[in-house]
Amino acid sequence: MAQTSVRAVAHHAPPQGFVRKYIFSVDHKVIGIQYLTLSLVAAFVGMALSWAMRVHLAWPDVRIPLLGWLSPAGAPGGVMTPEYYLSLMTMHGTIMAFFVLTAAPFAGFGNFMLPIHVGAADMAFPRLNMSSFWVTFVGFLLACATFFIPDGPPLSGWTAYAPLSAVGPVAGPGQGWGQNLWGLSIAMFCIASLLGALNFIVTTLDLRTKGLKLSRLPLATWGWFIDAWVSLLAFAVLLPTCLLLVLDRLGGTSFFIPGGLVFNDQLQPHSGGSPLLFQHLFWFFGHPEVYIIILPAFGIVSHIMPTFIRKPLVGGWKVITFSEIAVGTLSFVVWGHHMFVSGMSPYMAMVFSVPTLFITIPSIIAVLVWVFSLYGANIRFATPLLYSLGFISLFISGGIGGFFLAQPSTDSYLHATSFVVGHFHFTMGLSAIFATFAGFYYWFPKMFGRMMNEKLGKLHFWITFVGVYCIFMTMQLTGFAGAVRRYSALVDDFMIPLIPANRFMTVAALLTGAAQFIFLYNAIWSRFKGRKAPDNPWGATTLEWDTTSPPPFDNFGGRQLTVYHGPMEYDGEASVMQTSPEASVAGT
Amino acid sequence: MATTITEPPQIDLSLADYSGNDGGRNLVPAEGDLRASRDHPLEPARTGMWVTLGAITMSFAALTSALVVRQGVGMGWGHVTLPPVLFINTLVLLVSSVTLEFARRSLTRYAQGSESQMAVPMRWLGITLSLGLLFVAGQYMAWLRLKSEGLYLATNTNSSFFYVFTGVHAVHVLGGLAGLVYVMSKLHRLVLRRSTFAAAAQYWHFMDILWLYLLFLLWTKI
Repeated sequence: MAQTSVRAVAHHAPPQGFVRKYIFSVDHKVIGIQYLTLSLVAAFVGMALSWAMRVHLAWPDVRIPLLGWLSPAGAPGGVMTPEYYLSLMTMHGTIMAFFVLTAAPFAGFGNFMLPIHVGAADMAFPRLNMSSFWVTFVGFLLACATFFIPDGPPLSGWTAYAPLSAVGPVAGPGQGWGQNLWGLSIAMFCIASLLGALNFIVTTLDLRTKGLKLSRLPLATWGWFIDAWVSLLAFAVLLPTCLLLVLDRLGGTSFFIPGGLVFNDQLQPHSGGSPLLFQHLFWFFGHPEVYIIILPAFGIVSHIMPTFIRKPLVGGWKVITFSEIAVGTLSFVVWGHHMFVSGMSPYMAMVFSVPTLFITIPSIIAVLVWVFSLYGANIRFATPLLYSLGFISLFISGGIGGFFLAQPSTDSYLHATSFVVGHFHFTMGLSAIFATFAGFYYWFPKMFGRMMNEKLGKLHFWITFVGVYCIFMTMQLTGFAGAVRRYSALVDDFMIPLIPANRFMTVAALLTGAAQFIFLYNAIWSRFKGRKAPDNPWGATTLEWDTTSPPPFDNFGGRQLTVYHGPMEYDGEASVMQTSPEASVAGT
Repeated sequence: MATTITEPPQIDLSLADYSGNDGGRNLVPAEGDLRASRDHPLEPARTGMWVTLGAITMSFAALTSALVVRQGVGMGWGHVTLPPVLFINTLVLLVSSVTLEFARRSLTRYAQGSESQMAVPMRWLGITLSLGLLFVAGQYMAWLRLKSEGLYLATNTNSSFFYVFTGVHAVHVLGGLAGLVYVMSKLHRLVLRRSTFAAAAQYWHFMDILWLYLLFLLWTKI
């Protein structure tokens, strides 16, 4: 049979125009940076919201600048109403959980690094990738738009529990169009996440370069790959949940709204819906969601640590990876532990309590791997490693709180207190943020071709590290003392003694937040004025360090790479690049 | 007489530790010749379709569990008789899968050179597309029928779930129709890859199976 010439249209040609190159770009590297920028903006918005809440909790009468201008009704004269406090809390949670914690470590770094890690020129579906960013972007705009509509943002929390979230404007300020926009925003985020997960999975499975067996995959990519599966299955449930919620709100259906419900003296025209059903559906997504947030952090930290401790992780790629797979799998059967006090059957509570305790086992194995790997290591204390160690510390501190919350008997006391708030800020919030910082300091030279300032990096680390312990350890302690979460002021007799502790937390939060401007300054200054980065500044072994900083449009300048080793070929000063045919030094 | 020993075909055993596509992707004929089209053993379009179907399955599983749990609460249920047109629609959708397979066969024959007319697979694809549109129109008629009986989205829980299930499925079918149009445009320009067709076909057949499941669910539960 005659062979006609077949050319590999391996890659789209580099675009020339500004719009195609930097805005509607299909290049995974540009999309990764777009995601990271979006997350950075979202993080500062979320942080500003938390500042406003913390100031109000500590000094309820203080006028907060700009707040009165932002919402004359919600904060007359700059002092927020209890309802507006809940609105700020809702948007803080929504923006942080979705647009920062889910977006940055997974979509941000994953987009930039995953195709390079597997030796591909781009994602499997570049145009899908572009649309997934822009859908996320519109989702973020919709979430922010709630601040500027007369109604204000919703107040039903990032979990949007029905029936509060389902009945409409009668439920309070922000429950009209604010909640509608929220639902739309989250639905768009779901679609974007599904497209993103699809791309990550297919790219990892199908586009790996010669010799890159799964056993040789960099550990960060393992994290993203496993995460993509969890993301795919979890967001596929949240999307129809959003649909049913919106139908209850706008279509008059009764999926989640029970009959005979009275809101503000008005009987609601619904019958027979189940609020518990909403919680089940939400947490079926919501619990995997916290692992969607933390699995990339596992991956990033496991990826960064061997470079700076100059040896492979204990147990090689297998122990850490199989722990991640176990965590990802078990995350789908523990959702009920968010609902111990929801009125669910106590027998069901036991059913969910047991796997919740089981899921700590692979988590602990992962922690032990990281900690034991430090033994006998020749450690280089660069900023990325400090942040990785900070991640481990925060993850342990938060994880210990999990034991108390996993048991229905202790949870019924702690559930509605700020103990839970401290717990999840440690385990998923700050752990993931620290891993994101670790990744940022580590990959910044590769992404922008400049080194970040180490001194400022370390200063940023220590202030942030001490600061978050001051905030959230205190928060857990006030929770033990009975501080009720979601209260906008501490006015009950038993909470008044907790006011000094709250002032301490507020001051710590303001200082820790201010320290983030050191990071911002460092990033912007280094981007333009930093020392020029060599191709491989850390002496690392994975494929992203085998190309220029920043990488060319097709990542490797037309080279076809062959991989000979696993990602952790370190032995003290010696290291072997994955693509180098030299003999292994660490036997991975 | 010399015996000619032909080498047995080499079986590629390296697939066992096959590491992907060696970073390559999207092999399409250089000068728009469908017969030169080649596919990798691991094609993103096929893998991606399996992953997509997994996500869709998960969404419908969530809606099914919502139905089951919501039924457990046991209030606000009214009777909904399935409109008979649904059974005609089912038949139409099943036939469309058969015609799509005819399209695949004629396409293979065309790519191998034993069929000279590109119009043949194109015609079968067109028939499949029309049947798909007919199915969606039929679903619309079923909604009109319910409407004429006074059963709207919010009338009772059964009618709510009926509209949700059929509506979400119809949206997915429209997505499949868009996929068929995409395949036809690629075929028209002679740059269709086998994996693109396979992915679109796989999605289309999945819509059949999903519909049969939904019909069974609606029939037994509503």
